[in-house]
Amino acid sequence: MAELRALVAVKRVIDFAVKIRVKPDKSGVVTDGVKHSMNPFCEIAVEEAVRLKEKKLVKEVIAVSCGPSQCQETIRTALAMGADRGIHVEVPAAQAESLGPLQVARVLAKLAEKEKVDLVFLGKQAIDDDCNQTGQMTAGLLDWPQGTFASQLTLEGDKIKVEREIDGGLETLRLKLPSVVTADLRLNEPRYATLPNIMKAKKKKIEVIKPGDLGVDLTSKVSVISVEEPPQRLAGVKVETTEDLVAKLKEVGRI
Amino acid sequence: MVLHLVPRCSARLFWASPGWRRTYTQGASVGLKSLGCPRHRHSPLACRGYSSASGSPEVILTPERYPVQRLPFSTVSEEDLAAFERIIPGRVVTDPEQLETCNVDWLRSVRGCSKVLLRPQTSEEVSQILRHCYQRNLAVNPQGGNTGMVGGSVPVFDEVILSTALMNQVISFHDVSGILVCQAGCVLEELSRYVQARDFIMPLDLGAKGSCHIGGNVATNAGGLRFLRYGSLRGTVLGLEVVLADGTILNCLTSLRKDNTGYDLKQLFIGSEGTLGVITAVSILCPPRPKAVNVAFLGCPGFAEVLQTFSTCKGMLGEILSAFEFMDTECMQLVGQHLHLTNPVQESPFYVLVETSGSSAAHDAEKLTGVLEQVLNSGLVSDGTMATDQRKIQMLWALRERITEALSRDGYVFKYDISLPVERLYDLVIDVRTRLGPRAKHVVGYGHLGDGNLHLNVTAEAFSQELLGALEPYVYAWTAEQRGSVSAEHGLGFKKKNVLSYSKPPEAVKLMQQLKVMLDPKGILNPYKTLPAQA
Repeated sequence: MAELRALVAVKRVIDFAVKIRVKPDKSGVVTDGVKHSMNPFCEIAVEEAVRLKEKKLVKEVIAVSCGPSQCQETIRTALAMGADRGIHVEVPAAQAESLGPLQVARVLAKLAEKEKVDLVFLGKQAIDDDCNQTGQMTAGLLDWPQGTFASQLTLEGDKIKVEREIDGGLETLRLKLPSVVTADLRLNEPRYATLPNIMKAKKKKIEVIKPGDLGVDLTSKVSVISVEEPPQRLAGVKVETTEDLVAKLKEVGRI
Repeated sequence: MVLHLVPRCSARLFWASPGWRRTYTQGASVGLKSLGCPRHRHSPLACRGYSSASGSPEVILTPERYPVQRLPFSTVSEEDLAAFERIIPGRVVTDPEQLETCNVDWLRSVRGCSKVLLRPQTSEEVSQILRHCYQRNLAVNPQGGNTGMVGGSVPVFDEVILSTALMNQVISFHDVSGILVCQAGCVLEELSRYVQARDFIMPLDLGAKGSCHIGGNVATNAGGLRFLRYGSLRGTVLGLEVVLADGTILNCLTSLRKDNTGYDLKQLFIGSEGTLGVITAVSILCPPRPKAVNVAFLGCPGFAEVLQTFSTCKGMLGEILSAFEFMDTECMQLVGQHLHLTNPVQESPFYVLVETSGSSAAHDAEKLTGVLEQVLNSGLVSDGTMATDQRKIQMLWALRERITEALSRDGYVFKYDISLPVERLYDLVIDVRTRLGPRAKHVVGYGHLGDGNLHLNVTAEAFSQELLGALEPYVYAWTAEQRGSVSAEHGLGFKKKNVLSYSKPPEAVKLMQQLKVMLDPKGILNPYKTLPAQA
């Protein structure tokens, strides 16, 4: 009977289907009143952790998120998917803007030690900043092995076999626990949270703590200078015949 | 007030639209590859290239399957073609291969033999074309996206096909009032995208959105998935521009919410199925885009529980309820078998999809979870799931929207679209199932429960006169007994033109026929359809 415990980090991001708009002062993107949901890769990470629990290989799954109060919605979603309890590391909205991978990694590292977990799951990257750094930094701070871009996971006693998607193909690693794993797209297909679980999730505990309680310093050495939209893609021009095509290409100086 | 060019051959549309378009990838890639070649100039969106990969047999010509005689219209001559070429140079299609797809309906149940497809770009061109056809006594078949369910969108014989495919410009959009004015050939999904970018939504939505034209939607008074919340096109359409049979352009394209000056002529054309005039432009009121949309998908142990869930939702959700659809277990089995869509909840005899739309995410989520708790605890619902993010919402909607697609892959489909008192909605399905027994492959029921609208579908390996005889007039008589409508939203078209007396008294039918004669004395607009032939 496994005594392993897992920590899953989830991030609340702007829903992937929303059209992003840049603020007029170019300081960032519009987030007010915009639909937010759990980062798709984090969802996959939660699903994997819950599956391990269902296979009785993991005893407890703890979901954690850093940010303002709305993060609790995201933690609830993780709870509805099957996580046992949640931890909300409260960071006021103004400060949350400067929360980057390094700061989150420091929080997760401290939490992993405090909760004495054997596995830390994350999504490989967040769809808002595409950093792809938090998992790696967390492992570095903890001095734990890491299996990133995991597309398959197998627990083998006190070790974990991770199949990774890399440019050249698939790489299989064996890591000693405790370790950090980041989930890639093909790791699994996240479940729909069923109603009974959504109801149960409302009763599950979410502990609220401050970064200071963990002794973590959130100052960032990175500041955003400006955010701009990519240049507008111009519509293409359709022509009817090959003669027209040649004429058009000559017109724009391409041939 | 910017003239906006809506892209015609949008490749994005094919890959981005839910499932609907995936059936036609073969035709789509043919169209796109052959851009620049004069023969294949037409947009794959206008005349859908059917994937013959399914290996389905050739469709029988309509006059060979149904008893119908060609009326004494003229036949298209070389002079006519020359005249059309003068009006719309380069957009007169006579190539049999291209005409093939426009001669067959989406259900592959009827087929005409038209030799000419015309593709005007402006109302003026439509007017000139109709003037010519009126003078020459040539029958005309207006055609939009060709997604109709009653065989009304394709010729019965050799009627000239008048396609709105190239009339796809947005004329104006007022972003305070939400009033959209556009040409009749705009594809519904394109319009949805356009207005959504400006924080509005179209007041109607249906599974065929990737192909259907707004002009066709108005001509058939399409209902759809948002009907429960935003009502009928009869309320949301503010104005129309219609070209009459003799070529007269009737410009009633106002953008006013209130205008009580005289008889409301546009109401005549809404739902007239192209038999009273050709709609060339539409002015429609778009509601503001809801900030929060939630979808719940529930499993119910019985139809009585479905009805009670509906009452509960209406009561507790109130103004935020925007859709209430149901489907039976056979539907779920078919979408799983043919489209490989997974059931998100445990297997149940009935499934319900509830959608809420509102302006406050927190408020709506609270109301919805309240309702869900209530129905779950009282046993009305055995299992369910809820979605708040776009991807999951689309996946849940696909389970309901793609039933039509799954059915057409199951074999030949006999479709019935009935309005009934909501308590009796599923009884018809049970009776038909019992009556047909093993003769039918599948008998399914699904639809807009919130509107009292049942879609009864029967599939068989192939069309059979015997099966048709067992279904009709049984289904119609059953409906008439309940004082229901034999065609809730699909219209009459070709296949149901003789059954409207089950739902309308003889005086009404007579008046309709009189109006038709008044507006189209020669009967050239979409003949053989909608109204029964006069005795």
